[in-house]
Amino acid sequence: MRIDGKGRIDRSKKISFRFDGFEYKGFSGDTLASALMGSGVRVMGRSFKYHRPRGVLTAGSEEPNALVTVRSGARTDPNTRATTQELYDGLEAVSQNRWPSLGFDLLAMNNLAAPFLGAGFYYKTFMWPKAFWERVYEPFIRRAAGLGALSGEPVDEHYEKAFAFCDVLVIGGGPAGLMAALTAGRVGANVILCNEDSEFGGNLLSEDEKIDGQDGAFWARSVIDELRAMPNVRLMARTTVTGAYDQGTFGALERVSQHVADPAGAPVECFWRIAAQRAVLCAGALERPIAFRDNDRPGVMLAGAARAYLNRWGVTPGQSVAVFANNDAAHKTARDMAAAGLHVAALIDSRTDARPGADVPFHAGAQVTRAFGSKGLEAIAVRAADGHEERFHVDALAVSGGWNPSLHLTCHTGARPVWDDDIAAFVPRPEAVPGLTVAGAARGIFDTSGCLRDGAEAGRAAAEALGLKARLPDLPDAEDAPYRIRRLWAVPGKGRAWLDFQNDVTVKDVQQAARENYRSVEHMKRYTTQGMATDQGKSSNVAALAILADATGRDIPETGTTTFRPPYHPIAIAAMGAGAQGVGFAPQRFTTSHKASVERGAPMIEAGLWYRPSYFPRPGETTWRQSCDREVAMVRETVGICDVSTLGKIDLQGADVGAFLDFVYCNTFSTLKPGRVRYGLMLREDGHVMDDGTTARLSDNQWVMTTTTAAAGEVMMHLEWVHQAFCREMDVRFISVTEQWAQFAVAGPKSRDLLNGLLDAPIDDAAFPFMQCGPVSVMGVAARLFRISFSGEHAYELAVPSRYGDSLFRELLARAEAMEGGAYGMEALNVLRIEKGHITHSEIHGRTTAFDIGFARMVSAKKDCIGKVMAARPGLQDAAREQLVGLRPVKAQARLLAGGHLFRPDEAPVRENDQGYITSVGFSPTLGEARALGFLQNGRARHGEEVKMVDHMRGVETLCEVCDPVAFDSDGGRLRG
Amino acid sequence: MAELLAKTPCSGLVPVTHGAVTLDEVAVGPITSLAPYRGQRAALSSALTETVGLGWPEPGRSTANGDARLVWTGRDQAFLLGAAPDARLGDFAAITDQSDGWAVLRIAGAGVEDVLARLMPIDLAPDRFAPGHAARTLCGHMTVSVLRLDTQAVQIMGFRSMAGTLVHELETAMAAVEARARLP
Amino acid sequence: MRIPCPICGTRDRREFTYKGAAVLLDRPSPEADAASWDAYLHLRDNPAGRTRDLWFHDAGCAAWLVVERDTISHEIFGAELLDAD
Repeated sequence: MRIDGKGRIDRSKKISFRFDGFEYKGFSGDTLASALMGSGVRVMGRSFKYHRPRGVLTAGSEEPNALVTVRSGARTDPNTRATTQELYDGLEAVSQNRWPSLGFDLLAMNNLAAPFLGAGFYYKTFMWPKAFWERVYEPFIRRAAGLGALSGEPVDEHYEKAFAFCDVLVIGGGPAGLMAALTAGRVGANVILCNEDSEFGGNLLSEDEKIDGQDGAFWARSVIDELRAMPNVRLMARTTVTGAYDQGTFGALERVSQHVADPAGAPVECFWRIAAQRAVLCAGALERPIAFRDNDRPGVMLAGAARAYLNRWGVTPGQSVAVFANNDAAHKTARDMAAAGLHVAALIDSRTDARPGADVPFHAGAQVTRAFGSKGLEAIAVRAADGHEERFHVDALAVSGGWNPSLHLTCHTGARPVWDDDIAAFVPRPEAVPGLTVAGAARGIFDTSGCLRDGAEAGRAAAEALGLKARLPDLPDAEDAPYRIRRLWAVPGKGRAWLDFQNDVTVKDVQQAARENYRSVEHMKRYTTQGMATDQGKSSNVAALAILADATGRDIPETGTTTFRPPYHPIAIAAMGAGAQGVGFAPQRFTTSHKASVERGAPMIEAGLWYRPSYFPRPGETTWRQSCDREVAMVRETVGICDVSTLGKIDLQGADVGAFLDFVYCNTFSTLKPGRVRYGLMLREDGHVMDDGTTARLSDNQWVMTTTTAAAGEVMMHLEWVHQAFCREMDVRFISVTEQWAQFAVAGPKSRDLLNGLLDAPIDDAAFPFMQCGPVSVMGVAARLFRISFSGEHAYELAVPSRYGDSLFRELLARAEAMEGGAYGMEALNVLRIEKGHITHSEIHGRTTAFDIGFARMVSAKKDCIGKVMAARPGLQDAAREQLVGLRPVKAQARLLAGGHLFRPDEAPVRENDQGYITSVGFSPTLGEARALGFLQNGRARHGEEVKMVDHMRGVETLCEVCDPVAFDSDGGRLRG
Repeated sequence: MAELLAKTPCSGLVPVTHGAVTLDEVAVGPITSLAPYRGQRAALSSALTETVGLGWPEPGRSTANGDARLVWTGRDQAFLLGAAPDARLGDFAAITDQSDGWAVLRIAGAGVEDVLARLMPIDLAPDRFAPGHAARTLCGHMTVSVLRLDTQAVQIMGFRSMAGTLVHELETAMAAVEARARLP
Repeated sequence: MRIPCPICGTRDRREFTYKGAAVLLDRPSPEADAASWDAYLHLRDNPAGRTRDLWFHDAGCAAWLVVERDTISHEIFGAELLDAD
């Protein structure tokens, strides 16, 4: 319910929203949780395992209970904390993990079966029969236990990622963070101040507290105004720093448009990667509850949260309240509640020597032993210091078991926190993350005055570490009451007392884990699932550890602690993967002929990042095979055009290019004459083939190497490696020119006729024999011509500057079509090269050597090269190795399949008898049968033998004849003709 | 006889404008990569000063003289934009025509850094990446050369074949930044 | 992770490609025995502490670097060019 006159909400702006179908009203400045509380809604969720009704426990992102699903359809966002969801007009939210409704949940029967559902229940129970796990148990458990569900629809909202850089990253916009940012910002440091909340001020927004005599939140706003005016300071509200990584890198999640009804194209969230020279962690502290019987009843909440709801949002969880604590700080809740006119029935402090901090009925040395009321708190039982029990009828109980510094980020690079007995909490280990210091409550300083000073000093230290001369700002007067606490983790007694509200872990579960010898905190955690829910045990880990320590007779430092890993707060996969959908997944590389190819109906296939035409269908052709067969025949009989620009092209210049090429290729290049082209084979240092291609010597000083499409990047990196690591003294410079030149294969008996119609000066066989290259002029444009052939035909590759690629491709096609030829695609290209036994990366797949592909003689004996020594290893020269062969089916119509394995015809097709495999297959219209390339043990000596191909996956067995890889024009007469 | 028609890498893709930021293709004229031979950097620099009035740029920098600009593009490498290289330079450096290999884009307007921060993992704030500063880095998944032209304009050079993706990525970021600015 | 490229300045790891331990620079002579080549290609220390690794600044200046770092603390002590002169 609302309290008149309290809170920082804007009561002039009413907001309607829906929760579980009912319409409610709230105010601008509300969260969903505060608005629901203001409307008297107490139950906001059901627990994970026992389906217990739950109310709100906290007022921040650490909330374990009030998880709801907001929005609907593709915009559904499950597991949203009602405590951080800002209210907007029309917000729709529904509760989770209940069926059929939040008020009546059938699976709450789990709660009655609780004696059987304790720690380790699943591990012990669903063992038998084994087959039932997948079919029965697991689907049932999934349905019964769970959080919100995804919509199942594709995300149609925008998420993004971004980079930011700063001198000083300040994490947290409370008193310490504001002072740190102010101190560093005033001396000119580039500061980023990240604040998880929509509003800066941290705890000052939640307390009734004065700074320099003015309202704390007002003071925070004046600091923010000053920071906002500084061009070197960037304020990032609604931004949770989620992880600390190496070398000052931080991850942060910004909730960009979760607070509006219609983002209108703005991202929902942005995942930031922030690189900071220095960082100051001012993340504050999180309060923890005290465990007692049925302490999870709606209406039981943390004392600091109760103050926040009252002071910031003007709402209260009940009209008659009690406070139960083991520390002084929580007394402020009783004070503020009483001042707001609420009935404070009792202030219960477990410390016998505690002094009351509010003018309300006070019970020192007393403990709350039980909460009553299933769907909302009705009463509490209190055991006084003298042992007698009393019952108080209250509808809200504010609990405080003390505060845990929010040191999570200090553990992200591996450091463990340190136990501090004075505050009964872990504090960050100094220097835990290089460059990051911790200030304020995050390192256990809990008074506002101390936080302001600590933040300022951390800001000054950060600025000074950057070489800036900084001085402390004047520190304002603020509350400086000491923080006094005496440990109390759980009130002894019967019944279940909750630790981890989200995963339903009780004190008994932890004790049982200890009894079953899960004494290590890591084992206890996994056995009980303590701290493994989406809140990562933020409000429960320390108490669970303390109870484990008690149960195993050790102290807390001896028991240890689990560590914290990124992310601090759950991050949607959509934010992590932002930008990687659709076109963003990988760049698309288009050739200059792309448009003309698509216009001709060519289906495009991906070749690495490139898109290449598969085939060019003509009217009447209904299958790809018809087009492919025609295109193959066209190249063999007239002329075909194919865009080969995707091959890597590397321009090399310098006096030592020849020597350099001799070292990177296994064969010799230094003897190549200007105007000539040579085929080269490149090895890896381990003696296996890396890549192949042709290199042309354009002039004395200039060479151009081609690589395969697939290995272009790898070869470039390899050349840089060899040059910088081993050939520093060689004068050689190289750069990729793949993009500069549009290059087209013109292949077939009529190729020269076609070219001579285009070239400004015709060529003939004498001027342009096979493997010749040189400058030409094509329709007035300076071009390069290479007489090389992958198809085995009389063929050329013509290269023009890319701006002319589209135009030249269309011109080439028009001329080829006039000669009964035309364009050919990847399918025909593949068949043409299989007919010729030419290899691609299907054959040089990383495990084959020059010996295997029959090129052993290419490895020059006269010089060293990369891979030469290791290629000579006995194991890589063995006749029993699988060697490149051609294969044809014995029966004409039988199928050959790439990936099929080869066996002797009389042997069983099992692994031990495996003799090799097929790498490439195509139907050769030229030969009228299927042809394959593959690798077969001792294959070169077995031409004419029969082997059987077996493809177990597709259930095909075919008898084949082993033959020479070159199936067509084996003397090469056509390409020289 | 017909003639071959030239097409620019981004034809049909740009210009695009979102809010204050505009993306357009720039005709920079010839692009030539220069890589000094061993021990020839100083000689190359003098020859450049003589022929085009430009000194060899330090890493991460560019030099300019009228429309001609020499932009650092990598280890021992710079691109000469907007001027044809004198043949004499060939004595000191490998010279390679790159005029057709690159999509050259200019992205300009208030908040241009905010757009680029969505895609590039380097600090492009105008006081740290000032006019004349150059970098090689990533734009999404693509490698690019970036040059600060003035306080509100940046030149981005990417591979010609990836022009479509480059424009798409930049435009997506531009639209999101504009939409974000409209949020309450 | 951020690597201090001697040419470009400190850059995010995503701009670099890892190759392996810097011992790859010590290529044996062609006449070296099989054991040397085997060690060069295949045998690597796996130190808990300082290592020298090869990284390629492929999305940057295209320099190969030797980066010295600590495998426990992840501290990076520095990076140098292979042909620093």
